[in-house]
Amino acid sequence: MTDDTDPAATAPPTRVDLAAAFEESGVRDVLEELDRTLIGLKPVKARIRETAALLLVDKARRQMGLATETPTLHMSFTGNPGTGKTTVALKMADLLHRLGYVRKGHLVTVTRDDLVGQYIGHTAPKTKEVLKKAMGGVLFIDEAYYLYRPENERDYGQEAIEILLQVMENNRDDLVVILAGYADRMDRFFSSNPGFRSRIAHHIEFPDYDDAELLHIAERMLDQQNYRLDDDARRTMAEYIAARRGQSHFANARSVRNALDRARLRQANRLFNEARGPLDAETLSTITEPDLRASRVFRGGLDGTRASGQQAARQAEGTPP
Amino acid sequence: MKLRQGQFSFLPDLTDDDIRVQAQYAIDKGWAVSVEYTDDPHPRNTYWEMWGHPMFDNPDAAAVVYEVNECRKEHGGKYIRVIAFDASPGWESVRMGFIVNRPATEPGFRVVRQEGEGRIIRYTVESYAVREPEGARYA
Repeated sequence: MTDDTDPAATAPPTRVDLAAAFEESGVRDVLEELDRTLIGLKPVKARIRETAALLLVDKARRQMGLATETPTLHMSFTGNPGTGKTTVALKMADLLHRLGYVRKGHLVTVTRDDLVGQYIGHTAPKTKEVLKKAMGGVLFIDEAYYLYRPENERDYGQEAIEILLQVMENNRDDLVVILAGYADRMDRFFSSNPGFRSRIAHHIEFPDYDDAELLHIAERMLDQQNYRLDDDARRTMAEYIAARRGQSHFANARSVRNALDRARLRQANRLFNEARGPLDAETLSTITEPDLRASRVFRGGLDGTRASGQQAARQAEGTPP
Repeated sequence: MKLRQGQFSFLPDLTDDDIRVQAQYAIDKGWAVSVEYTDDPHPRNTYWEMWGHPMFDNPDAAAVVYEVNECRKEHGGKYIRVIAFDASPGWESVRMGFIVNRPATEPGFRVVRQEGEGRIIRYTVESYAVREPEGARYA
């Protein structure tokens, strides 16, 4: 299946130009895009840069015949919810594709439900189907620690883990597996499945965003949808982020996105109720302070409203609190 | 006698890498690739046993090679082929089909003559392998 080529062209080169290879592979574009589109995440970006350098050097070494083995590329992303693990996984798939380590560069995102079956004999075909779909690309297993349930020894998750490990080892050229989840639970998962730890070369931790970064993210999200915050709203948003962080189920950028979705809803409602006569584009795309201020986060959050709701109910019934 | 059916059958046996390249060609054309096996090599035996479903949504041919190797584990002593269906004309038409695995020994075919009315002779071929019951062929 090979064409007759000039032997001089197929002989290993005696020197490589890393800078040229860097330009040629388009890795620079991915790294720049990463810097531009992702706010914060300094350690993550540094790790990706290091990984890219390693892979580039490794590729050059292989061209010169110094290395023959495909390096282990399986990774684990640990971090709290909403810290950008899926987004970075997408970028990583693109990066690996450009460096030629995966052939197609698509990302297949799955959770336990997609891998583990419901009855005996269901798990293996299901897991294999997913693995086949991910071949040539990257398989992203979100909340991977759910695969292992030590409390139920007949859990089918163990079967999925065995198939995963086997394919991760034997088909290293065909797909890259990224496991993602919360740091503490992933640690427990790895300590009870030592096979996974040894097959994963790159552990990347995602730190939480600080308040300024989240505000920046909020503005970036709105900008993408052609909305903007006015000055009062920006101050309110900063207050909102600080207040939301202390409340339960805080999920970093995801909480911000949900807050903005609700603010857009309130803005639409406000415009619909108040508007008399035509509106200009400016009004339609500005989120104002009241849109944000109406959030229950400023009244103590979900817990606060529930507590006050119960209090109100008790008062209505006439029982002492 | 080496069975000469489908594409590439006059070439040396395909390696896994060759299979991957050919299957990738089919996938890139938008055809559904599937793996089939049989122990009845008659040329008019069109419908072989399916090994799993046709792979409709696998973008990469590594999955095909994986399935071929899984099939070899179970049916390594039989014929295995990879076929590619093109659904675009509105019916399923086979665009590609090539053998990727064959038994260690292939006994070949014999001519069968049947005497008809008025000294007519009807000719047909029969594989020596099918004189054994299914499952016991090529053992």
